[in-house]
Amino acid sequence: MIAAIVALSALAGVAGLLLGFAAVRFKVEGDPIVDKIDAILPQTQCGQCGYAGCRPYAEAIAAGEADINQCPPGGEAGIVALAELLGRDPKPLNPEHGREKPKMVAVIDEQSCIGCTLCIQACPVDAILGAAKHMHTVIARECTGCELCVAPCPVDCIHMVPIAETITSWKWTCPIADTEVRPSVDRAAA
Amino acid sequence: MSRLFPFHGGLKTVRHKTESNQQAIRPAPVPRRLVVPLRQHIGAIAKPLVQPGDRVLKGQMIGQAEGYISAAVHAPTSGVVTALDQRPVPHPSGLADWCVTVESDGEERWVERKPVDYHRLHPSELRNLLRNAGVVGLGGAAFPSAVKLNLSGHCDRLETLILNGAECEPWITCDDRLMRERAAGIVAGLHIIAHLLEPREVLIGIEDDKPEAIAAMTAACAGTGYQVRVVPTRYPSGSVKQLVKLLTGRETPVDGLPVDVGVQCFNVATAHTIHRAVDYGEPVISRVVTVTGQVRQPGNVEALLGTPFVELVELCGGYQDGVERLIMGGPMMGFALHGDEVPVTKATNCILAASAEQLTPDRPVMPCIRCGACVDVCPANLLPQQLYWHARAKEFDKAQDYHLFSCIECGCCSYVCPSRIPLVQYYRYAKNEIWAQEKEKQKAELARQRHQARLERLEREKQEREAKLRQKAPPRSEPAVAKPTLETAVARAKTSPAPTLETTAETVNRDG
Ligand code: SF4
Ligand code: SF4
Ligand code: SF4
Repeated sequence: MIAAIVALSALAGVAGLLLGFAAVRFKVEGDPIVDKIDAILPQTQCGQCGYAGCRPYAEAIAAGEADINQCPPGGEAGIVALAELLGRDPKPLNPEHGREKPKMVAVIDEQSCIGCTLCIQACPVDAILGAAKHMHTVIARECTGCELCVAPCPVDCIHMVPIAETITSWKWTCPIADTEVRPSVDRAAA
Repeated sequence: MSRLFPFHGGLKTVRHKTESNQQAIRPAPVPRRLVVPLRQHIGAIAKPLVQPGDRVLKGQMIGQAEGYISAAVHAPTSGVVTALDQRPVPHPSGLADWCVTVESDGEERWVERKPVDYHRLHPSELRNLLRNAGVVGLGGAAFPSAVKLNLSGHCDRLETLILNGAECEPWITCDDRLMRERAAGIVAGLHIIAHLLEPREVLIGIEDDKPEAIAAMTAACAGTGYQVRVVPTRYPSGSVKQLVKLLTGRETPVDGLPVDVGVQCFNVATAHTIHRAVDYGEPVISRVVTVTGQVRQPGNVEALLGTPFVELVELCGGYQDGVERLIMGGPMMGFALHGDEVPVTKATNCILAASAEQLTPDRPVMPCIRCGACVDVCPANLLPQQLYWHARAKEFDKAQDYHLFSCIECGCCSYVCPSRIPLVQYYRYAKNEIWAQEKEKQKAELARQRHQARLERLEREKQEREAKLRQKAPPRSEPAVAKPTLETAVARAKTSPAPTLETTAETVNRDG
């Protein structure tokens, strides 16, 4: 009986040690809560939150160093999602970090571009193509609209333009904000 | 005779069929200018093959199918391409889309048409032929037919092939007239579909308010084994999942397609175009359109794709007084247009000029009284008022829990709601928001990966620069060279976390 208890305790002890060792030795890279926060952030990588990108901001939130209302591109929806994830109350966007704006895309005036490559160095997602002394251009599909390339341009040839609504991006609006009721014939006959 | 399996809900609507179904289909004249949208189907827009200045022949391909779900587009008549630009198209947004404008030369010169013997073609060749002939569902959804003619990945053996001639929308009669006048052509197309899909049985569903069409189709099916099934007039029996239930008793799974339960469904007009494409070598360049409502001589016209709506209205005697709104499609499932200059597309089954009395009186919308009327009529077995609450509160996850994407936007719930809540508009809004969020997420994921890649590249470049500097510097002692590299390697391992696989897995498509 006692032998059995001793044997089992010993086994349990060994197993515990093994597990403990494994937890240290095979520690999973990345922090799941940081990943979850990062998944909510819009990945614009603009730095308006005061950090070097979305992931550093996510790390700061996770560490309790930053508040959840510092990301203008994420806007109200982003704050609500963060609040829900972290079990906190939503709050308005902190205006110190900027305001929520419609989605934009950077456009380089290719006539004026002198090929200085400064914008390429500024772009956080490598969405600008070009080589030294050659005209540069923005891959619109990959531009996050962070505006980081605008200031460095010495000839001011980069402009942010709102993304135009197309037939594929157009959305039905919420009827609350829309007095137009869809057509329906012969309702009276119902 | 044969059993029917009624679907839940639905409505008896007031019929307005006789306004337009009394005369034969009239051919519309060739307009001077045709504006042919490159996106007339669900899926990827066709790639333009012509430039302004090019001469084109009738039936010549001017837009090539791109991607798996797509269909080709053709010149509806011979003439000169005068523009390749964005023009208003029939769409609820009123926005413009890419179109090819063809100035007609009045000669109607065809490209070479090659009829084929479909028995000699491999199924994939036949599907390709239909894709290149621009065949899409003409019931209104405009889904590329070639995709639906490929069963692989869905079911091994097709149980039932359904030809949809129900035409349940109260004002539309284009399929009715087509069945009356061209039943033989429809059945010829049905042969081709059946040849590809090899179903165990072929059923043709027609609502009982079309006795002439039923007679014509029954006669044309004699000796084929195809069975005409008369279904009661009940909106929306022409909706695919409802018709499948009605005729076979099979329930299409919530996130599935009828083909997942061994049933495939095609519209009668689609079958007719398949027949023309295969047996005559003619691509889809025209369709029958019901022009009805407040026009002087309502009826059905066969119009070239690209014909401005206004020319069809004029052909039908012009507008009567009191037109309040122009609708494409029926009153239940259609949408209001922003103008009558837009061109006929493959999805244009009906142009309805609705008067103010026919439209909803602009009575104020009242709060939901939870009467449950919407639940009783929903043919998709949904809880419309729950969907409404969640859509309104922007609780899209919850709306999805209540199967928002099973809503077929039939409008039955809005029709009966005593509080006149525009329910369907809420569902369309919620669906669009969910799609947009999904797209945003994918875009964010791309940005995350690119940003990560950039950080890694910068780090690598820094290492390389440092390594170069060290090489240039005079070697003082042997280990001094080896040690820093080891240190930097460790530092690098610390600063750049391994790219996480989980983040990519998160973006796997949800519904839609
Ligand atoms: S403010 Fe910019 S960098 Fe900061 S989390 Fe938002 S998008 Fe990312
Ligand atoms: S029919 Fe209208 S009022 Fe009645 S429960 Fe449905 S949404 Fe509410
Ligand atoms: S519109 Fe949607 S929710 Fe309303 S009755 Fe039709 S399927 Fe049901």
